[in-house]
Amino acid sequence: MNDLMQPSFDVKDYLRLQMMPHFMCPGCGHGIALRSLLWAVHELGIDKNRLAVVCGIGCSGRVGAYVDANTFHTTHGRPLAFATGLKLARPDLTVVVITGDGDCLAIGGNHLIHACRRNLDLTCLMLNNEVYGMTGGQVSPTTAVDRLTTTTPHGNAEPTFDACRLADAAGASFVGREVTRQAPALKNVIKAGLAHEGFSFIEVMSDCTEIYGRKNDLGESPEMILSQKSDMRPEAFGNVADEPFRPNRLRAGVLVQRDRPEYGRIYRQRAAAEQAKAKAKP
Amino acid sequence: MTTPSLASLHGNRACALGAIAAGCRFFAGYPITPSSEIAEQMSREMPRANGVFVQMEDEISSLAAVIGASLGGAKAMTATSGPGFSLMQENLGYAAMTETPCVIVNVMRGGPSTGMPTRPSQADIMQARWGTHGDHPVIVVAPASVQEIYDETIRAFNLAEEFRTPVILLYDEVIAHLLESVVLPQRHTVATITRKWATGDETAFLPYAETEDGVPVMARPGGGHRIHVTGLTHTQDGFPTQKPDLAARATQRLLDKIEFNRDRIERVETFDTEDAEIVIVAIGIVARAARRAAQDLRAAGIRAGLFRPITLWPFPEAALREATAKARRVLVPEMNAGQLALEVERILEPDKVARLNRIDGEPIGPGDIVRRIRETAA
Repeated sequence: MNDLMQPSFDVKDYLRLQMMPHFMCPGCGHGIALRSLLWAVHELGIDKNRLAVVCGIGCSGRVGAYVDANTFHTTHGRPLAFATGLKLARPDLTVVVITGDGDCLAIGGNHLIHACRRNLDLTCLMLNNEVYGMTGGQVSPTTAVDRLTTTTPHGNAEPTFDACRLADAAGASFVGREVTRQAPALKNVIKAGLAHEGFSFIEVMSDCTEIYGRKNDLGESPEMILSQKSDMRPEAFGNVADEPFRPNRLRAGVLVQRDRPEYGRIYRQRAAAEQAKAKAKP
Repeated sequence: MTTPSLASLHGNRACALGAIAAGCRFFAGYPITPSSEIAEQMSREMPRANGVFVQMEDEISSLAAVIGASLGGAKAMTATSGPGFSLMQENLGYAAMTETPCVIVNVMRGGPSTGMPTRPSQADIMQARWGTHGDHPVIVVAPASVQEIYDETIRAFNLAEEFRTPVILLYDEVIAHLLESVVLPQRHTVATITRKWATGDETAFLPYAETEDGVPVMARPGGGHRIHVTGLTHTQDGFPTQKPDLAARATQRLLDKIEFNRDRIERVETFDTEDAEIVIVAIGIVARAARRAAQDLRAAGIRAGLFRPITLWPFPEAALREATAKARRVLVPEMNAGQLALEVERILEPDKVARLNRIDGEPIGPGDIVRRIRETAA
């Protein structure tokens, strides 16, 4: 369908308005990420009744409750595992996982790599704000080197994870990354991820103005968002935790898309073959 | 054909077959001795039954996947042993809090830690009750034979579905690998219970409504009731709250749901307790040794009996009091350093209660029990 032919997107159609006002801080990028997701859902014509949003714990974990769909706020680091069970039991649902950098890469890292490997048809949005915001601003696996957090008072000495590179190496059949600064571009990557059959991993470069930005003197929300594609992120796809605060080569868009058999489909095919064999037996 | 069939099975196999008969159509698990045969059996059976088996990356994700599948509408189960059961505790609390039906099998082996993986124990009695954090309801059933594993697995699913709660099936390694004859009823004759699904008005629907029996109906994804499920303390509408009165009510209802339905949850077996001066309280394989011990004591002129809680938690307090009304001595033999005894001592006069414990990875025999009774009840 031509874009102009589509009924216009009104985010309110997809939100639980009774939950407003939301609890995110002023300047937080997570709202843009959520809006972009719902925009993609709208453009793909996904029925709200058939949409499941599975979240973990943390700021990213609270985003799902605002969506007028089947929403699951699960345990810390485990939304991919909950979603795996849900999708296998209910292949008719579109299952989206919203997780954060701590939820997905630290406590939930094991589930991420196995979800990538298994290639079940899930779409995972990792909202990367480089920090544990909910608990007051502790260092996370994506906090840039030398940054100040409440548990790195002398500057972060740990190298950062490149989540996209990790997902690629673990076999994700779709890997994307986009910044909240460019909501239409973010919407398009999410849309491509939702349309892709298999495990889609999308890193959303969000920002934490109130806690992380303030602590590191990164400016107000507009400054932080504007810097997303310039000097804010030291890491780049395929590179460079050792170049803190340098203008980076952050690659965005669809980074990886490969044709791999989707796990649920394969499982159901084998089950059908097994049932046919049992039936054929005298 | 409606005649039941007779099969020779070990406990873990009976557990898998019972689960399928109960309607289980999703299994997620992680290999661990001595429970792995359940997963192996389910991996063969689930595709044939139009269900799903998935081996997850650990026990944490196994229970997470089970809960996800159950929230999607499937009757779901996992199976593990002590160390894996410890890893499941956080999500066990999540299932209790979100009122998601599921069955968790814990085949007990020697512990703590890796302990003695191939040796039996009964040292997870308290882990099953108190393993997860917070005030939470729990149902634990403890079968003592292969037949009972089959029957109690079906009952565990029925309890989980009826009361929307995780149910733990707890048994020791001995009966897990014991080969016994089992009567398998025809599948269609098995009485199964399935959770109530929400129907009707979607806008006014309260997913955690305070119903008369304390058990709210569930919303099936895709059915139009677009609800929010959270492990945060929530009100009747499913959304989080920190208001003291609402929070207290929510937690209290969770506990009352089990407490007020004890009569439908509790199950015990008593043997010769009516006139018993000595009552042995035991579960699992130890209960079978205890039954033999009671018979031997009767033959020697000592009026002994057996009280066996098949529903271990909530502990059948009233039934225990009744069965021990005439007893001057109660013995609690168990394959741990004293867990079941704590509950028995809490309910009865502690001075009346004697213990017999074995923590060497060997089962307790009838002779051990008879000797201990002669020591303590003389």
